[in-house]
This record gives sequence, structure tokens and C-alpha cells, in this order.
Amino acid sequence: MNPRRKKRLAIVGSILIGISVVAGLVLYALSQNIDLFFTPSEITQGKKDTGLKPTIGQRIRIGGLVVPGSVKRDAESLKVSFRLSDMTMPIVFKDSDPMITVYYEGILPDLFREGQGIVANGTLTEHPPTGLSIEASEVLAKHDENYMPAELAEAAGQKHDKTTYSDKQLESKKTNSY
Amino acid sequence: MWKWLHPYANPEVSYHLTNKLLPWFSGLAAVFLTIGLVWALLFAPADYQQGDSFRIFYVHVPAASLSMGIYFAMAIAAFSSLVWQLKLADASAAAIAPVGAAFTAIALITGAAWGKPMWGTWWIWDARLTSELILLFLYLGVIALHNAFEDKNLAGKAAGILTLVGVINIPIIKYSVDWWNTLHQGSTVSKLGKPSMSLDMLWPFIFSFIGFSFLVGVIICLRFRNEILARNSIRPWVRELVKNKAC
Repeated sequence: MNPRRKKRLAIVGSILIGISVVAGLVLYALSQNIDLFFTPSEITQGKKDTGLKPTIGQRIRIGGLVVPGSVKRDAESLKVSFRLSDMTMPIVFKDSDPMITVYYEGILPDLFREGQGIVANGTLTEHPPTGLSIEASEVLAKHDENYMPAELAEAAGQKHDKTTYSDKQLESKKTNSY
Repeated sequence: MWKWLHPYANPEVSYHLTNKLLPWFSGLAAVFLTIGLVWALLFAPADYQQGDSFRIFYVHVPAASLSMGIYFAMAIAAFSSLVWQLKLADASAAAIAPVGAAFTAIALITGAAWGKPMWGTWWIWDARLTSELILLFLYLGVIALHNAFEDKNLAGKAAGILTLVGVINIPIIKYSVDWWNTLHQGSTVSKLGKPSMSLDMLWPFIFSFIGFSFLVGVIICLRFRNEILARNSIRPWVRELVKNKAC
């Protein structure tokens, strides 16, 4: 390589290295803020590295797994409440785990079911019987990267049924919004 | 290896290479895309949770990973153009950029269409979606710079620097789902260990992925040819070529 090319290679190489270092530092500094949501244990105990904890009344996103058996739906309206627990592997639900109750009124996404990952957007509040809870304005389903045909899933003990709604429940939504 | 690559620095040689490659790429793209997409859309089993909606996977994932791969190819071209000042490298980077932009747009649009029924939203500002959107803007910036200067060498240099600065975004897109918590799910196919997909769903994906890759090859060859001709229009060999075609 002649000296001019060597010089250009050095310049381009140092630009590349410089940018990677800058981007690395920026991302490191922002690492907690790029997270989309708080997990239930981060809400009760604060983030692991910084101890950052959301305050009551703050608008936050929470992400976690719907605890089986915790989904309570109102028979007359679209009101629903469920508890979320951390997404840890392997998936086991213990009563001692930090859990946050989510209150929501509206149609749930198709993928909503017990044991499913959920991201909810709402205000952090303190409800007397259940402790820390989220009054959600939006519930999103987070699905995992596994895909399988229904027969295989059934063999593995996984089933998925869509949430169904009665006319009465759907009716309540209309009267509420007008 | 350098000796073997050197002749292709000549526009005429490269032009004839694209001529030879094009029929192969087109044929392979047609075969693999037909098999892959028919298999994926008609015969692959539906997912247990998402039903038939998951089939958008077979377009979304190839488009998204190719959008990153194309950027990488463009970055290599930009690098060699900056260091070795190869005019052809500039031409190829200019040819590649719009293809990458199109595939990024396809990934974003199919992703939104998939997100609405599955997640419940078209768009969310999580790390994966945002970094992919930044990739689209990088492509648009590179295209704009290539067209912003009368002097093609200057344009190539400016666009090349932007391309190299933006290459840092590629690992961020790839690993965003591992580094941060996002609404977007993790990698299904491109990861260490077993893919998280049953085999009768994976095979059609492999076919359509190879098909889309060859399709990218076809489009880039076509654009590269045009770019070579446009940039060398005063050369005798191009005039000769036009004369022969015209008769």
C-alpha cells in the first residue's frame, strides 16, 4: 500500500473507532432509559444498577407475565384486572414474587392470556387491598420468538384461546364512551 | 486475491460481469421465491397463537435482515471508495442505497401491519423499531447526498462518510432486543443454538430468504449497470455498446 492510501486508511479507521466509542458511551449512559418498560420487581425495589424507582402518580409502562388465575373480568363491562410478575426463566409463579396489579377497561389484544407477556401503559397508583397497581390506558401483548404448529403446542401443553366478549360487555363500552 | 479482484476495478469488465450474473440471479430468485413463498403462505402450518397472521414473518424477517445486510455491503463499498478511491465503489454504493431503503421500508410496513393485530399497536418507540427507523433515515440521507453534488466524486465521498458513521447502527438494531427490554420479540432464526421454530415452518423461511437475497442481487446488478453506463457515457466502449444495441 502506498503512503497516501495508508494515511487514508488510518483516517477512516480512526473515524470508525471514534464513532464506536462515542456510540458505546452514549448507549451505556442511556442504557436504563432505552428500556421500554419497568418490570414489577423494578417498580417495588427500583432498577438494579441505579435504584431508580417510579413514584406514585407517575405515568409508566410495565412489562411482565400475566399470573395464572389472577385475571378477573367484570361480567357487565369491559373492566378487567390482572396481576403481573417478572419475566424470568424458567417460568414459575410464586406468591412471594413482586407482583403489580393492573386495572384496565377495554378490549384486550388477541394474544392476551394467562402466562402471556404483557406491556401496559398507565399511571402508578396505590390501591388499598392490592398495594401498588397500574391504572392502564393501553394493554399490549408481547409475544415470544417461538413459533409452532397447534399440534406441537398442544403436545407441549400450550394452548391459546382468544378472549371472548358477551354482547352485554361490548354494549357497556358504547354507553360509556358517549 | 487482489490480483483476482483488480480487473473488476475497470468499469467495462464489471459491466460485463453483471451481464453474466443477471440471468443466474434472476433464475435462482424466481425459483427460490416461488417455492419459498408458496410453501410459506399455503402449506406451512399456522402458528398455535397467532394463526395465519404469523405468515407475514416470511416477508418481514427476510426484508429486515436484508435491510441490515445491504447496509453492510454499502458500508464496505464506501470504505473501499474512501481508502482506495475506486470510482466503481462509489457507483456501487449509489446503486445499493435505494434498494436498502426499499427493504427497510418493507420491514417497517410489514412490521406495523403485523404489530396491529398481535401487539395491539401499529408502532411503539421501543429500541428495535426506533433503530430500524433510524436505518431508513440513514439510507435516505445517503441517497440524498449521492444526488446533492454535481461532482460524483465529491458526492461519493460525502455519502461514504455518512455510510461509515451509520454503520454503528447495525449492531444496535441486531442486539437491541437482547440489550434492552422491548415489545419486539427476540431473534427466532439468527441466533446461537436451535432456531425457535419447528422445522416445517423453518424450511419455507430458508427458501424465501435465499429467494429474497437473489432478488436483491438482481436489482443491485441492474442498478449498478445503469450507474456504470451513466458515469462512463463519454467512454468509447459505451458508445460502441449503444451503437451496437441501436442497430
